[in-house]
Amino acid sequence: MGKTFAEKALGRAAGQDVVANQVVTVEPDWCMSHDNAAPIARTFKKIGVKNVWKPERIVFILDHAIPAPSSDHAVNHKEVREFSAEQGIKNFYDVMSDGGVCHQKMCEEGYALPGLIMVGSDSHTCTYGAYGAFSTGIGRSEMAAAWATGSIWFKVPESMKVVVTGKFKPGVTAKDFILKFIGDVKADGADYMSVEFHGEGIENMSIAERMTLCNMGIEFGAKNAVCKPDQKVLDAIKDNAKCDRWEPLWADDDAVYAAEYHYDLGDIVPGVAKPHKVDNYATVAEVKGTPIHEAFLGSCTNGRIEDLREAASLLKGKKIAIRTVVIPASWKVYRQAMKEGLIDIFLDSGCVICNPGCGPCMGNHEGILAPGEAAISTANRNFKGRMGDKESFIYLASPLTVAASALKGEITDPREVL
Amino acid sequence: MATVKGKVWKYGDDINTDVIFPGKYTYTIKERADMAKVALEDLDMDFNQNAKPGDIIVGGKNWGCGSSREQAVSCVKERGIAVIIAKSFARIYYRNCLNEGLAIIICPDAVDAIQAGEQVEVDFDKGEIRTEKGNVFQFPAYPDFVKGLIEDGGLIPHVKKSLGL
Repeated sequence: MGKTFAEKALGRAAGQDVVANQVVTVEPDWCMSHDNAAPIARTFKKIGVKNVWKPERIVFILDHAIPAPSSDHAVNHKEVREFSAEQGIKNFYDVMSDGGVCHQKMCEEGYALPGLIMVGSDSHTCTYGAYGAFSTGIGRSEMAAAWATGSIWFKVPESMKVVVTGKFKPGVTAKDFILKFIGDVKADGADYMSVEFHGEGIENMSIAERMTLCNMGIEFGAKNAVCKPDQKVLDAIKDNAKCDRWEPLWADDDAVYAAEYHYDLGDIVPGVAKPHKVDNYATVAEVKGTPIHEAFLGSCTNGRIEDLREAASLLKGKKIAIRTVVIPASWKVYRQAMKEGLIDIFLDSGCVICNPGCGPCMGNHEGILAPGEAAISTANRNFKGRMGDKESFIYLASPLTVAASALKGEITDPREVL
Repeated sequence: MATVKGKVWKYGDDINTDVIFPGKYTYTIKERADMAKVALEDLDMDFNQNAKPGDIIVGGKNWGCGSSREQAVSCVKERGIAVIIAKSFARIYYRNCLNEGLAIIICPDAVDAIQAGEQVEVDFDKGEIRTEKGNVFQFPAYPDFVKGLIEDGGLIPHVKKSLGL
């Protein structure tokens, strides 16, 4: 009987042959924390261990509220700086021009690598599966314990196989596919499971598109989500891999799955997740004309250069009808967008551009909604109150649909603007 | 862990961490007592104002989906909630409960039978949930290593103990 990706990755880390439902203890290759490194540091100190197990395996990336929008946030950032200095944690991305959204940085800086065990104190840590890593989100206590002991337990998950064939039609993107998929399997569709994306449909996707898929894994309950580390991935990490512990791993053809789904990308159309649940799917055609007050283009889901290019292709030479916040996922993305003239396109069309970070995605700053307002966003969550006010509404969509809707001030099918 | 008895606050499926503990508070509220004050603020103001120590939360499937924020467990535990009974839990929330030493039970049949506002008794030794109407539901005992975590009061005390600190 063949093995799934999760069985291989956790087995490799545990140094033994493992099967689904077995509990293993492993040493993480990387432990990532963002602004919450401060409360985790406070918890770590309560344990009474003087030093973290391996400072070189810990990564801090400030992104949730940067630069600090309040004194409380500033104190939080200060604690992270002090703790990283005290513990010798050099992989620290402060509020500086080498920073950005943590998951984007983990990928573009070469931490996300095939076969590694990566934990992060953020639920969207599953993004690194786009590079073939076994990556998953954990809570604050668990991260503090991992820093102290260098170990973490996992139940080897059962696996779900998603086989994707075909090609997107114009105006349709990876975000439209994953929103449709979540609408089908629902928010608990892969609870506790490892999700593997297979097939030529995935092979044809860019790494950026695969990141969008894996990023949204948590929105249908996945423990981790992963794509095969193919030549595209090997080329991307060739010059910047942060360690040599990696090894490309993939499931055997005869691996056993708890669930299996098949999709043809040619069947996918532009879609949205309606308020207040990510699995509340509708096609854009079904909600066309819904009034929108703010558009948000950015986040760990869709703030990459590929996403900005798509949005800019629709906004070029046109004026937006509603306030539109653009936040590149990192300063590297920002610089690239400048070089390509995308920043000028956004500014000419009337968008505002904020510094790389999470922005309004989880209600901290840079685009909070008023009661009764609706936003269309490229982010990953539309929960009640997520963008700051519980009487506001969030529609999740692709960069193309967000740009098209920004032009009209209502939900708009990008194929009508292309 | 003995037996607890309390009033039930009942909710539906897919209750996410943003409505349990809103994201806008993640870096402005640091003390556990203050976390307790905003518990379920965007879900149920009646709970937020009136939940008492010893009360019980009953949820549908996928309780605690969304963010990894542990405050969504801390705020409920600090409020004195004795146990959360649900049809299923989102995995990070599930682990966070064990790590915070908050008792949780997966028992879909009990969830269907239990009414909001009724007094429910949970006997952890026998693995039984007893409703006001006299219905009894069995739930399986925790695996030993999970029992150890909860009995030690969560992961941090558990790690201290195992390191001899």
